[in-house]
Order: sequence, then C-alpha cells, then structure tokens
Amino acid sequence: MTAKLGLDPAKVIEARELARRAGEPVTRMARTHTTVSIERAVLRLAGLDGADADGMPWVNRLTDAVREAAGLEHGVALPAWDAMLAGGHPDLRALAEQAAAGQVKFRIPDGRDAVAAREAAARSVQAGLAKIDAQRALRARMITDIADPPKPWIYLIVATGDIYEDIPQAQAAAREGADVIAVIRSTGQSLLDYVPEGATREGYAGTYATRENFRLMRAALDDVSRELGRYVRLTNYASGLCMPEIAALAGLERLDMMLNDCMYGIIFRDINPVRTFIDQRFSRQVHARAGIVINTGEDNYLTTADAVGAAHTVVVSQLLNEYFAREAGLEDWQLGLGHAFEINPAVPDSFLLELAHAQLVRELFPDAPLKYMPPTKHMTGNVFAGYLLDAFFNLCGFMTGQSILLVGMMTEGIHTPFLADRDLALENVRYVRQAAGRLGESFRPEPDGFVARRARLVLDEAVDLLRRICAGGLLQAIADGTFGVTKRPPAGGRGLDGVIERAGGYFNPAIVALEGGV
Amino acid sequence: MGDPETRTTGVAQAMDQQRVIRPYGDTTGDGRVQVSFTLPVPSGTEAERALGEGAALQLAAKMGLDPAMVVHAKAIGPDFTFFIVYGRVSHLVDLSAVTVAEREFPVLPSAEVNLRIRAALGRKLAVVGACVGTDAHTVGIDAILNVKGHAGEKGLEYYREIRVVNMGAQVAIPALVSRAVAERADAVLVSQVVTQRDAHLFNARALGEAFRDVRPRPLLVVGGPRFDPSAAGALGVDKIFGRGTTPREVASYLVHALAPEPAGAHTEPASAGTGRAGARA
Repeated sequence: MTAKLGLDPAKVIEARELARRAGEPVTRMARTHTTVSIERAVLRLAGLDGADADGMPWVNRLTDAVREAAGLEHGVALPAWDAMLAGGHPDLRALAEQAAAGQVKFRIPDGRDAVAAREAAARSVQAGLAKIDAQRALRARMITDIADPPKPWIYLIVATGDIYEDIPQAQAAAREGADVIAVIRSTGQSLLDYVPEGATREGYAGTYATRENFRLMRAALDDVSRELGRYVRLTNYASGLCMPEIAALAGLERLDMMLNDCMYGIIFRDINPVRTFIDQRFSRQVHARAGIVINTGEDNYLTTADAVGAAHTVVVSQLLNEYFAREAGLEDWQLGLGHAFEINPAVPDSFLLELAHAQLVRELFPDAPLKYMPPTKHMTGNVFAGYLLDAFFNLCGFMTGQSILLVGMMTEGIHTPFLADRDLALENVRYVRQAAGRLGESFRPEPDGFVARRARLVLDEAVDLLRRICAGGLLQAIADGTFGVTKRPPAGGRGLDGVIERAGGYFNPAIVALEGGV
Repeated sequence: MGDPETRTTGVAQAMDQQRVIRPYGDTTGDGRVQVSFTLPVPSGTEAERALGEGAALQLAAKMGLDPAMVVHAKAIGPDFTFFIVYGRVSHLVDLSAVTVAEREFPVLPSAEVNLRIRAALGRKLAVVGACVGTDAHTVGIDAILNVKGHAGEKGLEYYREIRVVNMGAQVAIPALVSRAVAERADAVLVSQVVTQRDAHLFNARALGEAFRDVRPRPLLVVGGPRFDPSAAGALGVDKIFGRGTTPREVASYLVHALAPEPAGAHTEPASAGTGRAGARA
C-alpha cells in the first residue's frame, strides 16, 4: 500500500494512543467482570450442547442453577465441576439435567476439591479449544489446497429464514462470484439471552444463528468451494446478548468471519454498554484463537448520522475497535474494520469525499482487511440511479484497495434481493473490476488537493473527538450520543442483570487458556 | 372499439380532455413501457433460449403488452433466465376512476408547528416512538425522531414544542403502552420495516388492539415502506405514512390532528380540521 494522503505520522500515532487511553478503563472493567453468556460459553467449549424439551439450552439451565445456588462471582466452572466430581455425574449433560431438576447442590469448593475441579474443568475446556485449533488448521489446509480468492473478496448476503433455503441460495451466490457468504440473523436474535438449537426453518428477515445451522452451511460451502476451486468463506454475527457463546460456536464450526463490533449492540440494539464491552472482549479472545476475521460495524453509524459530518466518528470507532481487538489478541489481518459509502449523492463532490474517507481508512489501517459497505441510505427506489451509485461505490472500493466488498443491491430498501437483483449487482462488480480494477495504482491525489485535504481534516476531527472522549470517558461519550446520534447511558439497555463482578477466586479455564496461549 | 382507426381517434379525444391516458414513451399515447422479470427456465441451448423468449413474450402478452419485444435475455445460473421486455400496453388509464388518499392537512414550517402547539395545548406535545416486535430496523423511526432527521429536514426532536421519547428497537407492545401512559403521550409513532410474513401488518393491528381501551388514547401513527397509507382504518390506527415520509409531514399531521387552529382562523379548506383525529383532540 502506497501512502497517498500525506498524513502526519505523529498525528496517526497520537490517534492510536488516545484510542488506547479511551479504551483502557473499559478493558479493566472487562477483566474484573464476567457475564452469564461468558460462563455459558465456557460450558459450550467444554462440550455441553443441546436443549431441554422447551428448547432452552442446557448451558442456560446449568448456569442458572449454579448462579442461584452459589453465584457466578467465582465463575461457573468451579461449582459445576466440583458438583460433577462430587456427584459422580458421567458428563455435563447429565449434571445439567439433574441441576435443572433441582437435584444438585452447588458450592464454591476450596483446598484439594478446588484444585480437582479446576483441573477437570481445564481438561474439558481444552478439548473444545483443541477442536477450534483443528478447525483453524483445516481452514488453512483447505485454502492451500483449493486456493484463496484475490481481494477484494466479494461479500453477499443470504437471508431467507430457512437454513434449507439458504443453502442452495448461498451455493448459487458462490457460483455467481461471491467469495464470502453472510447469513443474516433473524432480527429478534440479538436480544435473546440464549442460542437456539438445531436446524431452523423459521426466522424474521434472517435465519437463526445455531450451531447446527453453522455446521450445515459450512459443509455446503465446503462442497461448493471444491467445485469452484476457491475457498468460499462463511460469515455470521457474534453480537447481541450471546456474543461470547456464538463466538465459541463459530470457532467450533469453522466460520471464517464474524460481525463483531465493540459498540454496535449498544447503539443499535440498546444492549447494556457494560455487558457489551465485557462480552466483546471474551468473544474476541475466542475469535483470535479460531483465526476468524472480525467485521466491525462502523457503516451503521452513517445510516443514522450524516456521512460527511460524522465521518470522523467512523475513524474514532475504528481506532477503538482496533485497540480492543489487539488487546484481546487479534492480529491486524483479522481486523475487518467497517466503513460505508453513504454520502448523499446530492452533495457536491460527494464521490471525492467518499474517495478521501475510503483512502484515509486504508492508510490508517494498512494491514487490516477493510470491509466496505455499499450505499443504503440514499437508495431511493430509483433502481436505475441506484445501480449507478453502486457502480461508483465499486469504483471507490477498487481505487482505494478495500479488502471485503459487500455487494450493493439496486433494490436496497425495496425488498429482499431478487435472484436477478443479485445477478445484476455482481455484473456491476465484474464490470468495474475488469474496467478499473487496477486504477488504484495510477490514482495519486494532489498533495494539497481536495481529497488529501479532506482526509487530513477528518483525521484531525477524529483526534479532537478522541481527546474529548479521553477527558470524559468512553461510557460517557456513548451516553452523550457521540456515535450514531443515539444516546445510551451505562445503566440502560438490556442485559445488565447478566453482568457479575468477579470475586478474588474467579476461575475461568477458557480465559486462562486463551490468555496463556495453551 | 374493434377498428384501430376509431380506437386511436377515441383515445386522442379522451386525452384531449386529460381523462384517459396511456404511458408515454416518446409520443403521446404510444403506451410504451419496460418490464423486467426472471423466469424459471434455462438458457443453455438454442432451443432453450427460443423457448424462454417465447415464454417471456407470452407473459408480456398476458400483461397487456402488445406488441412486445424481448430486448435482453440472460441466464442466471443453470435454471433461470432474466428478461427485459419493452412493449406497448393496450390498457387505458381512466383518471376519473383513480382513487387517492388525499392529504387532509397542510405541511407547515417548523416555526408554525411550534406556534400551533403552544396556542392549542399550552404545553409540549409528547410523542413516544418505537420499532415494535422483532423489528430492529430503527432507520425509519430515527429518521423521523432524531434531531438529524431525514431528507434535509430535522427530526421531531428538533421541534421546541415536541417532547420525544424514542424507545428504539424491538420494543414489546405492552412496554410501549405503559410508557405511552407514563409519558402522557399525545401520539405514539411506530415504525415497521420488516415485512416478512406480513409482520408489519400483524404488529400494526396489535398496536391498535393494545391501545383500544387506553383513555385518553394517544393518536396512533404507523410508518414503514411497505404499508398502504389508506389502510389505517382497517388496521385500527389513526394514520399510516408510507415510504419517503419526511419529519415535517409527520409534525404537520400531529399538529393538524392534535392542535387544531381556532375555528375560522384559517380559510384554506384543506386545513379545516376534517380528520377524524382532529375531532377527538
């Protein structure tokens, strides 16, 4: 990547330093708290699957029982494995069934019992992590054997609500040119405090994220990858109240990318900020281990805020996402930082502004696989004008070296894309790639021209905003409506009751292994 | 109408009076339109392509396109073909038979909205907004409520005399009812974007049901891209706004319905308080 904007390196360093300072208090909070979903993720990594007759997962049943009897301040692992050893239960499933029936006494063990419980828990969780490691190795092998598509990866969405409809659609999309398939979740799922079980055929504007749905879709994409001679990646959403658990399931079932933003759930789903930041850290530790590329959600801010006036909030959020991601162990190649082509086309020089923003993000994060989102807000229903706007989006994406290109639909905002909409959209991408795919090489904005000056201004504004965030604190900035023009106070939103402060003897075998690299 | 000559003359006469019209391509009355669609037919072989084009023309004819011409046919995968067809529609549009839901209120500038609320209510007008059910798409409600607004117009939060409570996404209807009561809401605004399995219609009806026995019942306003604006009565709400509605239109409607002008103060008939809700306020 060639630097084209004349950004001041000292300014870039300052921006990162400010993001670190803004994020550190939040990280401290995440290190001293746990959540019900983190504890359930531990049980999932230890192999507890399935649900009771009402569809409530056994991980929820067991975690709730432990919480009620012994609290979760010490983590679920100590009391759960202590009870396993004491009661002679053959496995976690048997323990969960007995616990749900009120037949198990839980306590916080000490002395030799605590050591035994810790060792047993660590062994079980290690087995889950070994599966995640094996899936990561398998992905690497498949990419070597089958071939990795060149970037930008073409990203297409499938969302029928029925996994058995999604599969042929996803395979068709891959055959039409998609390198990444995202299965959008049912809109209600982010607010469910449990992960549904099994293959599902009913969803609203999307398909439930379940372990079985993950497995079915990955297997189908493995087939089509071999057929096409390129590895087709699968994406889902590690967001909402079950972010840690879904991250674990994604690692176990070899998903390749996961939507995972540090603030998205807070702002757009009204999930409690504290819960989100704690869950987010654990989920990113799991993603780091699984070799999953995260996709952040900054594009969403521009759907509520103005894409010119709020351009710097995107950069600020990207810097925060980068800080939190690296802190959790993700490497730069795993940071699919998001942004979007959302400037009102009626604004003069709108394309130049888009170029400036896209190039700025490219230069700020040279090693990150940036995810670039197409216009949605100014897609008016005039499908012909929309098709043109999508072509300009594609052009900007190729010119500025974006890594993951979400394909824009000319019928955005009208309906779930028709088969023909998707085909036309891919034709648009193919044309721009073939006609101007290498234009970036020859694109050199004037050092003091409009594009370079605009990019530098946005960076300056981002640094100013980061200074203000550092002064008042990140949680306060979110409460003030800094991002996405939506105000979210720290005590508001859903899920705060699932946050627990860790006690001195807190034990989480997954975190021990993820942080210790074992 | 059998003789083409007579028919053309008849159309020309009708068009003179602007009562009966046809689509305009490049000549008055030429009836030219464009449609595109996908058929589940393959286009791998010459024979398949011929069959596909024939199928597209048959559909066009049944749609009233005569003559029709397939200008583009392209395979989408092994089993489907996409067609673009141009043709001349034989149908006439009778303007006198067109029904429209007329806007029963004038669109006011924000200063006048504020003035009217102060004069009529003597307090702020309280609005509670939400996306209900599983709908997480707050874009619509935010565009209307957020200061930032939409289409160059500031949202309702910007109006000094409107107090806005935006409950955000995925709000349960009972929670919306209790909040509306607690806030003494004059109006409840609900946005519904998700339309799968007619969720938007289901939720709108549920909204009307839930507020049926609330007294005083707030004005119920529903918006979303896929609603039929004339279906308010059928869904048990007071007003439906469709795609492209701006915050100013909503504010103007609220004022029209809840803060009517004193009788005789305005001479324009469109604003003379003809709406149902106006009578109740």
